[in-house]
Amino acid sequence: MEKVITVKNLVKKFGSFVANDHLNFDVYQGEIFGFLGANGAGKTTAMKILCGLSSPTSGEVKVGGFDIYTETEKVKRNIGYMSQKFSLYEDLTVAENIRFFSGIYGISPAERRQKQDKLLKDLGLERSKDALIGSLPLGWKQKLAFSVAIFHDPKIVFLDEPTGGVDPITRRKFWDLIYEAADRGITVFVTTHYMDEAEYCNRVSIMNTGKIEALDTPENLKKQYGAKNMDEVFLKIARNVE
Amino acid sequence: MKTILYVIQKEFIQVKRNKTMLRMIVMIPLLQMLVLVFAATYDLKNVNIYLIDKDLSSTSRQLASKLDASPFFTINNTSFNPEDGEKELLKNKDHIALVIPQGFERDLIREDKASLQLLVNAIDGQAAQLAYSYANSVIRDFNKNIIAEWKGLPEFNPPYKIETTSRFWYNSELEYKWYMAPGVLAILVTLIGLFLSGMSLVKEKELGTIEQLNVTPIKKIQFLTGKLVPFIVIALFDLSFGLLIARLVFNLPIVGNLGLVFGFGALYLLGILGLGLFISTVADTQQQVMFVTYFFMMIFILMGGIFTPVDSMPHWAQLFDECNPVYHFMKIMRMVVLKGSGFGDLIHEFVALCIIGATFLALALWRYKKTA
Amino acid sequence: MIIIFGLPIVQLLLFGKVINNDLQNSKIAILDQSHDNTTREITTKLLSSGYFVLEEELRPGTDMEGVFRKGKVKMVIDFEQNFEQNLERLGKAHVQLLADASDPNTARILTNYASGIINDYVNKEKLQNLTLPHQINTEVRMLYNEGLKSVYMFVPGIMAMILMLISAMMTSISISREKEMGTMEVLLASPLKPIQIVLGKVTPYLLLSFINAVTIILIGTLIFGVPIKGSIAFLVAESFLFILMALSLGILISTIAPNQMVAMFVSVLALMLPTILLSGFMFPIENMPMPLQILSNIMPPRWFIVIIKNIMLKGTGMLYVWKETLILIVMTFVFIGLSVKNFKIRLE
Repeated sequence: MEKVITVKNLVKKFGSFVANDHLNFDVYQGEIFGFLGANGAGKTTAMKILCGLSSPTSGEVKVGGFDIYTETEKVKRNIGYMSQKFSLYEDLTVAENIRFFSGIYGISPAERRQKQDKLLKDLGLERSKDALIGSLPLGWKQKLAFSVAIFHDPKIVFLDEPTGGVDPITRRKFWDLIYEAADRGITVFVTTHYMDEAEYCNRVSIMNTGKIEALDTPENLKKQYGAKNMDEVFLKIARNVE
Repeated sequence: MKTILYVIQKEFIQVKRNKTMLRMIVMIPLLQMLVLVFAATYDLKNVNIYLIDKDLSSTSRQLASKLDASPFFTINNTSFNPEDGEKELLKNKDHIALVIPQGFERDLIREDKASLQLLVNAIDGQAAQLAYSYANSVIRDFNKNIIAEWKGLPEFNPPYKIETTSRFWYNSELEYKWYMAPGVLAILVTLIGLFLSGMSLVKEKELGTIEQLNVTPIKKIQFLTGKLVPFIVIALFDLSFGLLIARLVFNLPIVGNLGLVFGFGALYLLGILGLGLFISTVADTQQQVMFVTYFFMMIFILMGGIFTPVDSMPHWAQLFDECNPVYHFMKIMRMVVLKGSGFGDLIHEFVALCIIGATFLALALWRYKKTA
Repeated sequence: MIIIFGLPIVQLLLFGKVINNDLQNSKIAILDQSHDNTTREITTKLLSSGYFVLEEELRPGTDMEGVFRKGKVKMVIDFEQNFEQNLERLGKAHVQLLADASDPNTARILTNYASGIINDYVNKEKLQNLTLPHQINTEVRMLYNEGLKSVYMFVPGIMAMILMLISAMMTSISISREKEMGTMEVLLASPLKPIQIVLGKVTPYLLLSFINAVTIILIGTLIFGVPIKGSIAFLVAESFLFILMALSLGILISTIAPNQMVAMFVSVLALMLPTILLSGFMFPIENMPMPLQILSNIMPPRWFIVIIKNIMLKGTGMLYVWKETLILIVMTFVFIGLSVKNFKIRLE
């Protein structure tokens, strides 16, 4: 399988604090890669480096086949991103947000309209096309933000705790969208601290204080640690480290 | 190029949706033109005099009525006790106390000279000086008249005399509002430009949308251009709105070429918006932007010569003003609007604004990083 | 933080050193059509007065409009032909002062200075101080500010301005920021009493304002030599009152404003502009049109400035400022009352 992300010896320091301590991992085309860890473990830092929002202190990072140091702009053409902080414009309507972001990615108006109609239909939001984002419930906003993040068909989409603050049913629906995207061949790189979500991933890595402690499929991890579910795996790893 | 258009469109929609912003865009020019221009006047119109007349002669009474009749002075109170005068000044009721000593008329006739005392509340140095010089000129006039009267001459003529005539060009009525209006317009454009551009980036930062943009392939220059254009349009709209108010309310004559005014306005705004964006890239919250903006505005405006003449500032301040965009723009506004100066007269300002604008824009571009 | 402390200092220095209404070194041009001893002497007198600097000498027939349009020259002095001859033989010579009145104040002052200097020259050189009959001699005493220093005016004004800025504006913005971010609700839900929350928010600003007030007074007295004639304790007490007033105004604004943007907007419009313009700090209130004069009465800084001036420069006590003090006290209570009322409405 084709590697879309390769990370070798990635180090990120903030002064003397080491946020990412020699990370090594690969992500393959089309998989859903879970990036787990407690708060402050260094997940978001690593993800920001992969998205080109932040430069690493040292190490080799390739995203979508492009080098993160020298080909940042090419990397950005090939990725989508949805951040923890919800990030569509609240004072623009659904259609205006789509128009703006697809404009930035250079999608033609004809293509945009066609995709937009399909998207709104799939989400069941046809009637809310001209509603301000700010007036929509959080669950809808998150679905929209995700759809906008993959609107330009990126190779990889990065999701930084995308389901914070919504109920389990809405989260489940959100994951349906993620599976759909993965079926279309989009690689999904997702951070989360909900352990039930970890079960949905093809492979997960678990980070603790800047290091990757474990990386495998949820099945193998559970076997390895003799745990019933990911929750236990996570707790065991955390205890081992301490 | 298309990308820029999308950014511009987005900015306009956001401004349109923001009721506070819209209100500001309309209210600020109105308020500034009407309040600032009217309030910012050094014209002295109404000085209260406290009169202490101990002479009570016909001459002292004549002098008093002469002062009272002048448009600048009102005799508010009279007394015979000089100490009352100082007390009255302490209470802030009057600006000047005039003491006419006993024997004033007698001395004037017998000894050919007599003294008067003026006590001026000088906390406001400038107003004090003006009030004093007005009072003095009324007294001098009065003096001339009595000499003429008593000597029976139509006018006392010294053997040598240099006649000076003064002509006031461009504003023969010495209308202070005409002077203030172009300056206030310069403030207006600066305020709107700095405020809008300063807030816009930092708002995206606070809301987190800037991150979303940073992962897109949009180029820095595209994004910043897209942000600049709408604000230039809005600020120029406010400039024309302000000019219209000035024309209608103050009858401001617009001697020069309006095209030149707007051309320079746009050039000036590039620099100001560059500064605003730069502040915005450095700051993290709207509150910080507000303070930094306020800080720059204050220095630029106070040193820019809108209220006080640049020529009387110390040398280092005049040198500093070469890099002060407000100084140049204010000068351009006044020169073009009031005197009809052409481009040829403004080459120095043109070059200065170009350099300042390029510097600020470069700073903003350099400081705005898509990576943290 | 740097700005909060730097601002008053920079502002004071600016006002003290740079902002100067006295005209000095104004650029003039001279058109001397006579070139004789008298015109040269007058020219020297003018240029040595310190008011004028010669920018250029014009030749007859120069385009004067062009000279003014360049914007440097503020006044042209035009001596007529055969100036000295006319003065000696006819007893009368003529000089014309052309002023760029696009700045009317400067134009007026410059022509006054110039004609004063010229008259002085005639009196001293030509009339040899010939004694004139019936001269009225005016003695003037500039009270409270003999040097006519503008800093005396600005210190109280800047104090009012900075205290307004920090106390009212920062409080209102920071409280409405908490509202916007939702942290205010957390605080309200906590067992803290509303009064404790408000006190907690306000105390740092109270301290900041107070430090600033002291800094300003110190710079004013130590660097610019502004005297404090009255009682220092009284001055401190009045400053404290004003800070309280400003803080309650800030709280009031934050109870009205839904978000930071509006709080800022209201602060700038309702606080900063009027503080600078309508408080009598830069421009004398008496000269304003009637509606603005009436408006200035509801501006708290106006009263504070009067108090400060009285205490610092005139050395007066409570007897002279009880009215202003009372107004500030009443304003404080009104602001607090209104904010409590607004607050309650929101809770219900």
